[in-house]
Amino acid sequence: MTATQDAPTTTATSRRTTAGRDGRRTAPYFFLAPAIVLFVVFLALPIAYAVYLSFRTEQVSGLGLGSGARTQVWTGFTNYAQALTDPEFLASVGRVALYGVIVVPTMLGLALIFALMLDSRRSRARGFSRISIFLPYAVPAVISSLLWGFLYLPDVSPFYYVFDRLGWDVPSLFSSNLVIFAVANIAVWGGVGFNMVVIYTSLKAIPTELYEAARLDGCSETRIAWRIKIPIVTPSIIMTFVFSMIATLQVFAEPTTLKPLSNTISSTWTPLMKVYRDAFIRGDLYSAAATSVIIAVATFALSFGFLHLVQSRAFGQEK
Amino acid sequence: MSILAPAPPSAATASAPRTLPRRRGGEPASVLATLVLLLGAAYCLLPVLWVVVASTKSGGELFSTFTFAPSTHLLENVSDLNAYRDGLFWRWMANTALYAGVGALLSTVVSAMAGFGLAKYRFGGKKAIFNMLLAGVLVPGVVLAIPQYLLLAQIGMTNTYWAVLLPQIISPYGIYLARIYAAASVPDEIVEAGRTDGAGEGRIFRTLALPMMLPGLVTVFLFQFVAIWNNFMLPYIMLGDDKLYPLTVGLSGLLNQGASQPALYTLVITGALLSIIPLIALFLTLQRYWQVDLAAGAVKA
Repeated sequence: MTATQDAPTTTATSRRTTAGRDGRRTAPYFFLAPAIVLFVVFLALPIAYAVYLSFRTEQVSGLGLGSGARTQVWTGFTNYAQALTDPEFLASVGRVALYGVIVVPTMLGLALIFALMLDSRRSRARGFSRISIFLPYAVPAVISSLLWGFLYLPDVSPFYYVFDRLGWDVPSLFSSNLVIFAVANIAVWGGVGFNMVVIYTSLKAIPTELYEAARLDGCSETRIAWRIKIPIVTPSIIMTFVFSMIATLQVFAEPTTLKPLSNTISSTWTPLMKVYRDAFIRGDLYSAAATSVIIAVATFALSFGFLHLVQSRAFGQEK
Repeated sequence: MSILAPAPPSAATASAPRTLPRRRGGEPASVLATLVLLLGAAYCLLPVLWVVVASTKSGGELFSTFTFAPSTHLLENVSDLNAYRDGLFWRWMANTALYAGVGALLSTVVSAMAGFGLAKYRFGGKKAIFNMLLAGVLVPGVVLAIPQYLLLAQIGMTNTYWAVLLPQIISPYGIYLARIYAAASVPDEIVEAGRTDGAGEGRIFRTLALPMMLPGLVTVFLFQFVAIWNNFMLPYIMLGDDKLYPLTVGLSGLLNQGASQPALYTLVITGALLSIIPLIALFLTLQRYWQVDLAAGAVKA
C-alpha cells in the first residue's frame, strides 16, 4: 500500500537485479533466523537437557560434605524406574486421569451445546450470552481459582448459605472426595467459552443452503443439528479434544492456588506439582527431569494416538 | 497437521446487529435454547459478579454478610491495596503489562517473519523446519519450565525480567497462524511486482506483506498476549524477587499469606478485581478478532 510511494528509480532497479536474486535465496533464512534461534535455545535445548539430566544422578561419597564429595554420574533408567514405581507419582497420575475424564467431556459437551444454541436461529440473547460465556477466557487460571476458592468456602459461599437455610448438611467442597470436582469446575469454567467459540466459528462456516435443503425436506432443527451440524464440526471438536487433553495433563496453577484454602490438596496432587516439588523443594533435579520426560512422552503418545485413532475411523474413507 | 486458525475477522460478530430485524420477523423464539444460553451466561458471570460485590466489603463483612450483599468499602480497599508495601500491586500490574505487551509484540514480529518466509519462498530444508516448528505446538509448555530454569540459571539470568520475557517470544502456534495468513493474504504477484520495482526482500516484507497480514497478526498478538498474561508456572519458577512478579504469581503469594492473616483476603479480592479489568476491556474492544477456526487450518495444512 505505501510501497508505491517508495518505489525506487529505474536506475536503481538495474543495479539491484543481481543483488535481488541473491537476496531471494538468502531471504527466507534471514526471515526464519530469529524463530529458529529462539526455538533451539528455549525449546530444543531445554528438552535435550531434561533428557540428559533424566539419565544422570548425584553420587555422594563419604559423608557428602565438602566440594567434590558429590559427583554427577550416569545412572541409566534408574530415575525412570523410580518415578514409575513411586506411589505418589502413580496416585497423581490416577488423579489427573480422573480429573481429565470429568473435565474434558463436560467442557466440550457444554461448549458444543452452547455453540449449537448460539447458532440456532430460534434462541434469543445470543450476543450477551456469547460474550458472557467467553469472558472467563480473559481470567487467568490463578485468578479464577482464587474466585472459585472463595465461593467454595462455606463462610463466604452463597451456595452454602442457601443449603444452610434449607437445613441441608452439605459436605465442604474441599473435603478429600469432592476437591477433584472443585478443581474440575474451575477448569470447565475457564475453558468452555474458548471451545464454544472454536466450534461456533466452524458452525458459521457451514453454507446455509445445506440447512435450507434439509428444512424443505421437513427436517426438524434437532435433526439438522445431529445429522448436519455435528458431523461437519467434528474435526474442530477433535482438535479441541486434543488441546484440552494436553492442558489437562499439565494442570498446575489451579490446585497450587487452591492449596492454601484447603488441606486436602497435597504438594504432589498432580504430576506437575510433584515435578515442581522434587526439583525446587527437594532439590532432586534428576528425578524431576525423568518425571517431566515421562509426562511429555505420555502427552505426545496420547495426542498422536488419539489423532491416529480418529483419523483412521472418521476420515479413513476420504483418502 | 491441523491447529487453530483464525477465520477472517468479519462474518459472524459484525453481522450480529444486522440480523436483528430478520430475527424478529421469522422464526419463533425457543424458550429452551434461550434458557440454556442464559444459564451458561449466569454460570460464567457468577464469579465475576461475586468479585465485584466482594471487593466492596470490609474484612469483617466478607465472612459475616450475605455473599451478594454489596457494601461501601470499595475505595478503602483500593487505597489499602495501594498502600500495601508501597504499591507493590501496581508494580505487578506494570510487570504483567510489560511481560504480556512486549512479549506478545516481539512474538508477533518473529512469527510474522517466519510465517512470511515459510509461505512465500522455496528453499532447502523448508519442510524440515516447518515440521520441527509444528512439533513445538504439541510440546507441553510447562514441561520445559524446569530445564529452561536450569539453563538460564547457568548464565545467571534467572530472577530477571529476561527470564520470563525471552522463553515466551517463541510461539510455534503463532508461526503456524502467520504462515496461513501470509499464504492467504499476500498474493505472489504483489511480491513479484515489488521485486520488479527493485525493492529488497526485507522491504517487500515491511511495506507490502506486513500491512496485508495485519488483521491476522492482531489475532496472533492477542493469543500470545493472553497466554503470557495467564501464565503462572514460568514466572513462578523463574522469579524469587517479588518486585519482578506478574499479577498471577503476586496474587497467589498474597493468598498464601492470607491463610495466616485473613486481613489480606480483602486485598487479594480487590487485587483480583483490578487485575481482570484490563483483559476484559481488551476482550470487549477487540471482540471481532476472536474467531477461531480449527477446521480451516485442517483443510489448508
